[in-house]
Amino acid sequence: MKASIAAAGTLVLSSATRPFDVLLMASDPPPEEGPWWGIAIDITKCIGCGLCARGCKMENDVPEEPFYFRTWVEQYTVLNNGEVKIESPNGGIDGFTHSVPEEEIFKTFFVPKMCNHCSKSPCTQVCPVGATFESPDGVALVDEKYCIGCGYCVQACPYGCRYFHPEKKVADKCTLCYHRLKNGLAPACMEVCPSKARIYGNLRDRDSEIVNFLREHDYQVLKPHLNTGSKLYYNGLSAEIS
Amino acid sequence: MPAQINRILLLFIAFIGLFLIVRHYLIPETFGQYGHYRGASLDDVASREMVFADKEDCFACHDDILEQLENEMHAGLSCLICHGPGREHVEDPQLGNIAKESGREFCGRCHDINPARSTDVVFQVDILTHHTEKTNCTECHNPHTLWEGME
Repeated sequence: MKASIAAAGTLVLSSATRPFDVLLMASDPPPEEGPWWGIAIDITKCIGCGLCARGCKMENDVPEEPFYFRTWVEQYTVLNNGEVKIESPNGGIDGFTHSVPEEEIFKTFFVPKMCNHCSKSPCTQVCPVGATFESPDGVALVDEKYCIGCGYCVQACPYGCRYFHPEKKVADKCTLCYHRLKNGLAPACMEVCPSKARIYGNLRDRDSEIVNFLREHDYQVLKPHLNTGSKLYYNGLSAEIS
Repeated sequence: MPAQINRILLLFIAFIGLFLIVRHYLIPETFGQYGHYRGASLDDVASREMVFADKEDCFACHDDILEQLENEMHAGLSCLICHGPGREHVEDPQLGNIAKESGREFCGRCHDINPARSTDVVFQVDILTHHTEKTNCTECHNPHTLWEGME
């Protein structure tokens, strides 16, 4: 309850201090120098192999159980009767097998989820000790040494992208493989994506792959009404997806 | 000024002084360097050891595979998908500790028939019925040269 009030309060406050600009993007990066990372996911290209979720756990030492994820894949199945079924067995790590008879399906698709690295992130605003923050290059990170494990941020994230690390006793989340980015390498999930359904890039660079992707596709962010300034842009985001 | 006010003022000054001293020692050095957080934590996060190698590292030695893959459907794929993270192998190639995924289940992650999978993106077969007399997909298909020697 306390956390929800805190989250609501910070959302209202952030909306007041920064105008409601849902699709904050390449046209409007903050004026500083250097890269400002963003992500684009093409739902039409995702084949649900789950290698991203598997690779992420290998790269980042995410506990195998009790089923915590920094990134995961959901399968949405819209049935002919209008019912929407969302499945994510073990986050998609072991791949997907189709469970609904094909004649009952209206449409079905995979949606990879990960941290949106919001530029007005509700999660970093609720931290009482300044242990989670947006880095100057636009990545939402956790300071493991400073985190007191109160779990406010876990509740504040509207996308469910944070979890409480059972061994380290701190909040943990996607770092966009910050340690790889700094060495000029792609995040693990993107390195192993066979269909190039996920890309990352510098939103300040007008010629980068991601900015060209945004130019060429009809993209949208998740939960735009929350004004989180999400920097994860989806192509093919169907209305059923939340 | 009355003596009691003076005493309270002194007390206040002492408390504020104490607060500032304690605060100085409790706040980490780099706190506030970039924002309301410990600046040094950026380096902490960035200093993590990498597990996955880089595709370019593979081709530094295995340039023959790069040639083989030219114009192949699997050309754009990262070696690490089927061969595992590979960082240890890159650092010490003698170790040879890389995976060679070849089973139905692994290939089926991408290639098993599924209505949610676009046929424009990936070639699909039903792994439950496709050539069940064979165990591994690689008995017929070389992942580097997919249709070589096949009708």
